[in-house]
Amino acid sequence: MSGIRQAIGDAATVTRRNLIKIKRVPDLLVFTTLSPIMFVLLFAYVFAGAIGTQNTGVDYKEFLVAGIFAQTVVFGSTFSGISLAEDLQKGFVDRFRTLPMAPSAMLFGRTASDVVNNVISLVVMGLTGLVVGWRIRSSLVEALAGALLLLLFAYALSWVMAYVGLVVRTPEVVNNASFIVIFPLTFVANTFVDSTTLPGPLETLANWNPVSAVTQSARELFGNTNPAFPPPDAWPLQNPELYTLIWIAIILAIFIPLSIRQYQRTTSR
Amino acid sequence: MADAVRAEGLVKIYKSRSGEVRALHGLDLTVEEGTVVGLLGPNGAGKTTTIKVLTTLLTPDAGSATVMGADVLAAPKDVKRRIGVSGQYAAVDEYLTGFENLDMVGRLYHLGAERSRTRARDLLDQFGLTDAADRPVKGYSGGMRRRLDLAGALIAQPPMLFLDEPTTGLDPRSRLGMWEVITDLVGGGTTLLLTTQYLEEADQLADRIAVIDHGRVIAEGTSDTLKSQVGGERVEVVVAHDADVGRAREVLSGVGIGEAVVENRSRRVTVPVSGGASVLVEAVRRLDGAGVTVSDLSLRRPTLDDVFLSLTGRAAEESDDTGAAEREVTWVGKDVP
Repeated sequence: MSGIRQAIGDAATVTRRNLIKIKRVPDLLVFTTLSPIMFVLLFAYVFAGAIGTQNTGVDYKEFLVAGIFAQTVVFGSTFSGISLAEDLQKGFVDRFRTLPMAPSAMLFGRTASDVVNNVISLVVMGLTGLVVGWRIRSSLVEALAGALLLLLFAYALSWVMAYVGLVVRTPEVVNNASFIVIFPLTFVANTFVDSTTLPGPLETLANWNPVSAVTQSARELFGNTNPAFPPPDAWPLQNPELYTLIWIAIILAIFIPLSIRQYQRTTSR
Repeated sequence: MADAVRAEGLVKIYKSRSGEVRALHGLDLTVEEGTVVGLLGPNGAGKTTTIKVLTTLLTPDAGSATVMGADVLAAPKDVKRRIGVSGQYAAVDEYLTGFENLDMVGRLYHLGAERSRTRARDLLDQFGLTDAADRPVKGYSGGMRRRLDLAGALIAQPPMLFLDEPTTGLDPRSRLGMWEVITDLVGGGTTLLLTTQYLEEADQLADRIAVIDHGRVIAEGTSDTLKSQVGGERVEVVVAHDADVGRAREVLSGVGIGEAVVENRSRRVTVPVSGGASVLVEAVRRLDGAGVTVSDLSLRRPTLDDVFLSLTGRAAEESDDTGAAEREVTWVGKDVP
């Protein structure tokens, strides 16, 4: 048992190190928070007119904000991969690997400190949403459950990106490579448009896309659904919370051991 | 005395798209407890790979090694508990202060919060970093970063220390400072394996020197043994005309304690000497008497090149196969001067 306690202590030490960086490099925080603000404003004022008219009676901003929440936490997960690739390049992974610390600590520490990043982004986005007219129409407990589900999903994706960062090794490449995956992942979904408006195969893809389920869950839990506009008749979107939790469990079960194994074999080049 | 490090027949092959590269080619190495061994060799000889295998970062393809009695492959965690490592490029966190860096490393050695803090403050004092202790490392000079990195390796007072090119890239003053720190350290009985490209550095710091080339130890002994093989100072002459090279060689072989070596392309003739400046004067007199026009003349200490020349009959080189690969493997894009 002392092994587990030690591993938790090590992860806490690494988390603290990562959080100090957020404090010392405020620019980083400014930009992580500016981009969601930009997205809320961009979609709320540029696309709302065009997209909203198709679903008469539905307020697009109500529909949109959950989508942006989902998109932001998905994009935020790349940070885990980029930071690890940076640590690898600077010889930091080498240093940690010569210490008698738990091999899991660097990764648990990284993903934990990225949760803090995501909490900050969610708060900033929520406030921006409120400014443009979005409202939470459910209970406080449901709203917190919605935020928690978004954070859990982001946490799982952090582990995927951590693995990518350790394999790809170059921060810039991690950044570019992940964009190619993340853009379609967040756009072929019900995040910004109603998935029924998508052409055949894309509609199926969007309905089974976990990002759609996260978004639909957030909409339901924040009380932003509209009875006049029910979700598509696909199982994942009829049971979005369950479907999301299944994805989270699968991703964590695969990528936690995979990333730790990769970390133990990785050394700077 | 017990062996702190015993490595036998280490082989490490890097596979890349362009083929296989043998970084270690049956390397044997022994470090006695309480001694300092310098691993001397050019870029790409396998120095960093050796350190990485011994510090459990890399798994060798063949061979075995124990460090402080623990097997590198079977009990890596026991090895890690007993060693301190400072790499070729200071792995200190730029955004943390010097104190925070050391405190973090102390905690990861499981010293506990209080002991980590005390050790961190003590080491910052010892390494002359007290004034900078609470500033982020971003503002530190190269020498300060190296000292901090070394302090990190020492925080748990490990009995065995590995230093990979501790002074590469430092200016002469910081290098001297680093030498002082290391000398004090080993005075306290720490066992040390360090790598270097500088003969002078190995001579200054190490009790024994192992010369490494193409992933193998090609010579091993005390620095005196090595120096008697290599000779002491060199007189180096560059003659003005190609036609004079032969005559200069004859003349210099007469004043030196060994054969003069000619480097035709640069019209450079080098000979090991003993007797310092008076030999230089004698060389000038004789060259003048032989009618050789000299365009440059100097007395210098032997370098790694001279060691290689006397051991292998060729100059130290970044060999085309191993060299390119190890440089790539150690750090992309940053070449050592």
